[in-house]
Amino acid sequence: MSDLQELYQSIILDHNRRPKNYGPLEEANHRAEGRNPSCGDEVRVELRVTDERIEDVRFTAAGCAVSRASASIMTQNVKGKSREEVDRLFQQFHGLVTGKVRPNEQEARALGELAAFAGVARFPIRVKCASMPWHVLQAALRSDASDSASTSEPPIA
Amino acid sequence: MTTRNPRRADFPLLAANPELYYLDSAATSQKPRVVLDAMREYYERDNANPHRGAYALSARATDRYHEARERVAKFLGASDADCLVFTRGTTESLNLVASAWGHANLREGDEIVVTALEHHANFVPWQQVAIARGAKFVVCPLTSDHRVDLDALRTLVGPRTKVLAFNHVSNALGTVNPVDKIAAIGRGVGALIVCDGAQGAPHLRVGFDTLDVDFYAFSGHKMCGPMGIGGLLGRRAILEAMPPYQFGGDMIEFVRDEESTWAALPHKFEAGTPNVGDAVGLAAACDYLDGIGLDAVLEHERALVRLATERLRAIDGVCIYGPKPSERSGVVSFSVAGIHPHDLSTVLDEDGVCIRAGQHCAQPLMRRLGVSATARASFYLYNDEADVEALVRGVQRAKEVFAGSELNEDELVPCRGAR
Repeated sequence: MSDLQELYQSIILDHNRRPKNYGPLEEANHRAEGRNPSCGDEVRVELRVTDERIEDVRFTAAGCAVSRASASIMTQNVKGKSREEVDRLFQQFHGLVTGKVRPNEQEARALGELAAFAGVARFPIRVKCASMPWHVLQAALRSDASDSASTSEPPIA
Repeated sequence: MTTRNPRRADFPLLAANPELYYLDSAATSQKPRVVLDAMREYYERDNANPHRGAYALSARATDRYHEARERVAKFLGASDADCLVFTRGTTESLNLVASAWGHANLREGDEIVVTALEHHANFVPWQQVAIARGAKFVVCPLTSDHRVDLDALRTLVGPRTKVLAFNHVSNALGTVNPVDKIAAIGRGVGALIVCDGAQGAPHLRVGFDTLDVDFYAFSGHKMCGPMGIGGLLGRRAILEAMPPYQFGGDMIEFVRDEESTWAALPHKFEAGTPNVGDAVGLAAACDYLDGIGLDAVLEHERALVRLATERLRAIDGVCIYGPKPSERSGVVSFSVAGIHPHDLSTVLDEDGVCIRAGQHCAQPLMRRLGVSATARASFYLYNDEADVEALVRGVQRAKEVFAGSELNEDELVPCRGAR
């Protein structure tokens, strides 16, 4: 598989084409927006957090395939999780997309569809595309209930 | 394989990378060997702090700096070289005018008019000085083919208009603006006319002496010169009446405990140790460009823009922004339906094709185009048909990578005014 095929594998293209959990969230109590000022990507994440856990999450995005697919797969993987669990999952994901961690078979299975982003590691300038939705999610979790936060990726991240 | 452009041999980076297809000269040009040699020679033979030491080496450095200013001024058609202020580039030049002239001259109720085609560097400094001075900031709309709407401009410019700022050439679309027509509208009400020439000076004869603008800002690194130097050309009377922009060494006449007075032009606006090495490099870039002739450069670029426009337009789903090639410099701004420019750029990069994907520091323009980003291929004197072919191949390859990825409605890129 070429580097390009690995980056743009069908899971990623499918989520870009038909993102899951896409659109505004009724009764959200946490939300955040993020944008990458250099490329114009924008992601908005809305959460309903109950008893310290993400009960529901939806997103809207204007951006590249990598960021949209990342947001879509992220939303599927964080429902029911606490802030600490989200932070741990993002650490694993970040290790994967930066190429710092090469998960073994068992770890890759645990990551599920998130493992599809391993191909990003060969494209260092695309790491920020894959991680931006996570930064926005974390900002949303940190935001006060019903307040909104925003985060902006530095031009080079 | 098409034969590569022989001018590539003048550029060490291109000569060393025959499979590189560099289509991002609107961001920064490559540097010819003569520029790199001139800078090295300066540092090896003549380097000292100019204007200061009373010794022969410092005098030589002073001479080299002075000669560089004369050379660059001549290239831009300015006979009064003291009215060329060296800066770090266009951004600093425009901030200099907006800040020094703006704070001294703008009052509440005054108006500043810019166009929707502007780079942030000729938009935000004016927006911010307007906020600071209580002036009104007005953005002139565009025609459907992304040129400045002159009829709208005539209605927006009025007796309160104190500044009219616009670019010579749009960095995002390559649109060449009719400087004289735009300037005439501002002249009619006595406004200060400021032209952002970052994308003009590398491609078009500026002829500052006969150009009807008060200020012309440019960057060296887009015209084969080094990064970190550019300039501001201004009319002498206006520059002399303006307060300094920065204070420090080299810009001083007398410093008393209570007050200070300023050195004559251009030093008044060049606080601190000047960037002699880069000025020498920029002068060498002017020699290089004059050796080819800017008319030949533009003709060469336009031929490639025409070819690229034709070839890209033949691909299903490609939209091209901006006016027809004869009204553009060496830029093709485009989008491919269902493929975000950033993804397109990654696919192209795999084949050594370098394009810019994004907002091109022109968010107000992107909003008006109704897109979040475009892909931009920009051509210069060293590009050739092989670059166009590589670009077209890359776009087709991207379509293959994304094949089967049918479109969502919100992914469909609006194609208003696209040709």
